[in-house]
Amino acid sequence: MSDDQKTAERCNVHRTLRVNGEDHAVSFAPYKTLLEVLREDLGLTGTKHGCELGECGACAVLVDGEPILSCLSLGLDAAGREITTVEGLASDNALHPLQTAFADLGGSQCGYCTPGILVTAKALLDRVEQPTREQIKEALSGNLCRCTGYQQIFESVEAAVIEIGRGKNGGSR
Amino acid sequence: MTRAGSPEFSVIGKARRRVDGRAKVTGQTVFADDVVLPRMLHCKLLRSPVPHARIKTLDTSRALAADGVHLVMTGRDVPIEFGILPVSQDEEALCGEKVRFVGDPVAAVVARDEQTATEALDLIDVEYEPLATIGSPQEALEIDEPRIHAYGEHGNIHKRVSLEFGDTDEALGAADEVFDDTFFFEGNTHLPIEQHASVGAVDRDGKLTLWSSTQTPHYVHRALAKVLELPAAHIRVIACPNGGGFGGKSDIFGHEIVVCKAALMLGRPVKICLNREEVFYCHRGRHPVLMRFRTGVKKDGNITGMQLQTLVDGGAYGSYGVASLFYTGALQTVTYRVPRYRFQGCRVFTNKAACGPKRGHGTVQPRFGQEVQLDKIAERLQIDPAELRLKIVEKPNTKTANWMQVGTIGLDACIRTAVEKSGWREKFGKLPEGRGIGLACSSYLSGAGLPIYWNKMPHSGVQLKLDRSGGVTVFCGCTEIGQGSDDVLVALVAEVLGLDPFDIRCVTGDTDLTPVDLGSYSSRVTLMMGNAAIQAAERARDQIASAVGARLQVPAERLVFAGRRVFDAQAVDTGMDWNEALICAEETHGTIGSVGSYAPPRSAARYKGGGVGPSAAYSYTAAIVEVEVDRVTGWLRVTKVWIAHDIGRALNPVLARGQVEGSVYMGLGEALMEEQAYRRLPSKLSNALVHKIPSLLEYKSPTSHDMPEMVCDLIEDPDPNGPFGAKEVGQGPLAPIIPAVANAVYDAVGVRIDETPITPDKILKALEDKAKGGAGRVGPKSFPAIDWPEALQVPPPWEGGDGKAVNDPERVRAAKLDKDVRS
Repeated sequence: MSDDQKTAERCNVHRTLRVNGEDHAVSFAPYKTLLEVLREDLGLTGTKHGCELGECGACAVLVDGEPILSCLSLGLDAAGREITTVEGLASDNALHPLQTAFADLGGSQCGYCTPGILVTAKALLDRVEQPTREQIKEALSGNLCRCTGYQQIFESVEAAVIEIGRGKNGGSR
Repeated sequence: MTRAGSPEFSVIGKARRRVDGRAKVTGQTVFADDVVLPRMLHCKLLRSPVPHARIKTLDTSRALAADGVHLVMTGRDVPIEFGILPVSQDEEALCGEKVRFVGDPVAAVVARDEQTATEALDLIDVEYEPLATIGSPQEALEIDEPRIHAYGEHGNIHKRVSLEFGDTDEALGAADEVFDDTFFFEGNTHLPIEQHASVGAVDRDGKLTLWSSTQTPHYVHRALAKVLELPAAHIRVIACPNGGGFGGKSDIFGHEIVVCKAALMLGRPVKICLNREEVFYCHRGRHPVLMRFRTGVKKDGNITGMQLQTLVDGGAYGSYGVASLFYTGALQTVTYRVPRYRFQGCRVFTNKAACGPKRGHGTVQPRFGQEVQLDKIAERLQIDPAELRLKIVEKPNTKTANWMQVGTIGLDACIRTAVEKSGWREKFGKLPEGRGIGLACSSYLSGAGLPIYWNKMPHSGVQLKLDRSGGVTVFCGCTEIGQGSDDVLVALVAEVLGLDPFDIRCVTGDTDLTPVDLGSYSSRVTLMMGNAAIQAAERARDQIASAVGARLQVPAERLVFAGRRVFDAQAVDTGMDWNEALICAEETHGTIGSVGSYAPPRSAARYKGGGVGPSAAYSYTAAIVEVEVDRVTGWLRVTKVWIAHDIGRALNPVLARGQVEGSVYMGLGEALMEEQAYRRLPSKLSNALVHKIPSLLEYKSPTSHDMPEMVCDLIEDPDPNGPFGAKEVGQGPLAPIIPAVANAVYDAVGVRIDETPITPDKILKALEDKAKGGAGRVGPKSFPAIDWPEALQVPPPWEGGDGKAVNDPERVRAAKLDKDVRS
C-alpha cells in the first residue's frame, strides 16, 4: 500500500451522530469504533472498555434502544440511529431510578462496569416491566463485574423496578 | 464529647449511599484512561515474544522514522532498576540486556495516536538469543544455569525460609495421629475490568505529574524519584479511582515509568492504556503454590503440632514475592491453636509473568490446604467438621506460637451462625447422592504491621480543613479502588463532627495534596486511615469545642456535636449551629485545621521474618457451601453459600456486605474455573512458554448466571484497635470459599480434589479412580526435596521465648562476646 493510499484511508469522515437526544456533528477516522468515537471524539468517557474484543460488556451502549457492544461496532454505522450512553440516563439533574438504586444499594463498587450494566438493565426494563431474577441474570450475563458478586446488582435492578412502578402509579420519584 | 462510649451513632452502621456513588452511576468518575490533556501523545509497548533470551540487537530507527512517531524508547532511556520491595529491586521499565517472560516490555513508541504507535511497534527490529526456559518450580529447583536473575539465594531459587516455633518433631511424635497431605493451588489473576492506564505530564511549573490506576501512589512516588533521579517533591502522583484492583495494581509498573520519562523528554503529556492481553502480562496475581501439611492431632481433635512446607512459583520477578512467601506460613496459627509449628517455604523464579499479591495475599493457598486437611481429620476422628473447628479455634487475646498478637476473635460466632443459617446439622453427610455441603474458615489481617520499606513514620495520615463557610475537607493519601475507602473516610469524620457525610468533601490519593497513606493493600485502609481520620476529627472537634464552650460558658467536654449543631448535653437549647460554631472557632483560634496519624502497635514477633503476619486486628470468617455434582459429566454447581464474617463493626453495612459477597464471588471463581496457566507453543513455532489464555473470553470468570444465592452475616463485636471497632472485610471472606467447595464436593460424591481449580474433568478422573478401587483423589502426589536452611528456632510464648530466635546469628555472636568478656 502506498503512502498516498494510507493517507487517503486515514481521512476523517464527517457524520452527524444522535447521542443522548442531541445531534453531534463529528469528524473521525472511519476505522474507529463507536466506543472510540464516543470517548475520544465526543468526550463521553462514561462508557468504559475492558477488553475491546466484545468479551466484558463494559462498553455497552444503547443503539435504538438495544444494548450493543460499542467496541465491536463502527462509529460510521451509528449514524442516523439513536444512541444512549450512561450520560444520557438522568433527566436533567434527576437520576434514573436504576442509577439511584445502584448508588444506594451497592450495585456499583469500583464503578467501572457500571455504565455498561446500567444501560443494559435499562434496555431490559424498557422491554419487560416486571422482570424476574432469572430474566435480570440473563440480560446481564454479558456484563462482567469483578467487585460485587452480582447480588447487589440484581437487588438494585429489582429496587429500580419497584421505584419505576411507583412512579407510573403516580407515586413520588 | 463521647465517642466509642456512645452506642448511638448517626452515620456509622447506617446503610447509606456511598459518598462517591453518584459519580459512579453517572459515568463521572474519572479513571486514568479518562484523563485527556491538550497535546497529549500516546504510547504503546513492544513486548517480548520469547520467554527467556538475551537481547542481541535492538534497532528502533525504522520506527522512529515513521510518520507521526515522536519518540522510541528502549532500556537505555530508563536504566535504573526498581521493585516494590527494597530487597527485590529487580525490574526494568524496559528490558536492557535480557527478557524474562513472554510479555516483558523491551521498547516503547510514543506517537500522535494509539493506532500510529501500535503500527510502529512492527518497525522495531529485535534479535533475541534464546536461553533455556525455566517453566516450572520443579525445573527451577533442578536447573541452576541459566539463572533468570543474578540475585537471590542460588540458581533460580529466589528465597528460602525456615522457621520453627518449639520442637515440632516432638509435637508430631506426641500426636495420636499425624496427617500428611499435599495440595496444589493454581495461580490465578485479579482480572480487574479496568485495564491499567497512566498519563505522565510536565505541568506548568515544569514538575512531573502522573495519573495512574494504582493502589499505591506513595510507593509509585518513591520509585519514580529513584528511577527518574528527580526529587520526590518535584513529582506528583495522582491515583485515579481504580476500576478494580484486588492487588493487581499495587506494584510499580514499567509503563508508569515510561510515560513519565517520555513526558519529561518530550515536554508533552503521554498516555498509555494497556490492552487486555497486556493486563495478563502485568499479572502480579496469586502465586501457584505446592504445599505439604503434616499435622499432628490428638483423638479429641486438638492439634499437637504442624509442619507446613510451601513451594511458591514466583514468575519472572520479585514483586511482593518475599512477603507472599512469608504469608504462606503466617496465619495458620492465628486461626487455630497450634502449640508448635514449623514453616519452610521456598520461592523460585520461572519464565512467566511475575506473581504478587492477590486478595488474601499468600494466605489463600495454604488456607485451602489447611481447611481441606481439617475436613479429612474430622472424618477420620469422626468429629463433625464444625465441632472440630469450634474446639480448636484460637483463643482471643493470645500470642500465637509464631508470636502474632491476636485480639478479638469472632470465629466461634461465625461458625455457629453459618451452621445455624445453613441447616448444617441436618445436611452434612445426609444430603442425597450428588449433593453435598462443606465448611471452611479463615482469618486475615486488618493491615500489615510493617510498611514495605523500613521507617518509623505513620502508615496513614489525615488532614482536615474547616472554615467559616461550614465546609469541611478531608485529605488523605488513601486510594479508592472500589472498596469504599472514600466513604469510610468521610463517614468517620462526619460521625465525630456530627455532620452529614454529604457536608464533607474528600481529596484522596494525591501525593501533592494529601498526607501519606501507604495504599490500598493488606486490608489496611479502614483500620489505619480510619484511626487517623478519627484522631484528626477529634482534634478539630476539640478546637471548636474550646471556642464554643468559652462563648456559651459551658465546659467544652459537655458539648455534643450532632445534627449539624454544637450544644450543651445538659441543656440542648444552649448551642449553636455548625456554621456559627466554625465562625466562633475561627474568631478564637484563627484558621482551623487538624491532622491525625496512625501506626500499628509494635509486634512481639522480633525474629527475622516476623515482620510478615502481625496486624492490629484480625478478621475471621466461616463459610458453608452447598453443591450439586453430576456423576456422569463431573459438572459441579454451587447452589448456595452461607458466610459469616467477624468484622468488628460494619461502618456502612451496604458496602461491608458488598465486600463479603464480592469475596465469595472471587473465591468461587478461583475454586471453579480461574487459572493463570501456561503452555508451550509447538516446537515448529517457537516452543516458547506462553500464557495459555490471555483474554477475558478464555480466562473463565463467573458471570451473573454462575453466582448462587449468598446469605451473608456480619458478626459485630467491636475490636478496641479498630475505628469504632471495625476490622477488615475486603479479603478474609474470600479464603474459606475455595476449601469449602472442595469439602462439599467430598460430601457430595466422596472424592477429594486436592488442587484448584476444581473442574469437572478432575472430578470425573477422581470418580473413575474411585470406581477402580483407588483413593478417589486428584492432587499432587509428592513434595520435592528442598535443601532447607537451618531453621530459626523461636520458642513459643508459653515455652519461655522472647519473640527472638535463640539461634539468631547476631544473638549467638553477642552471647559469645558476652561469654568471652566474662571469662
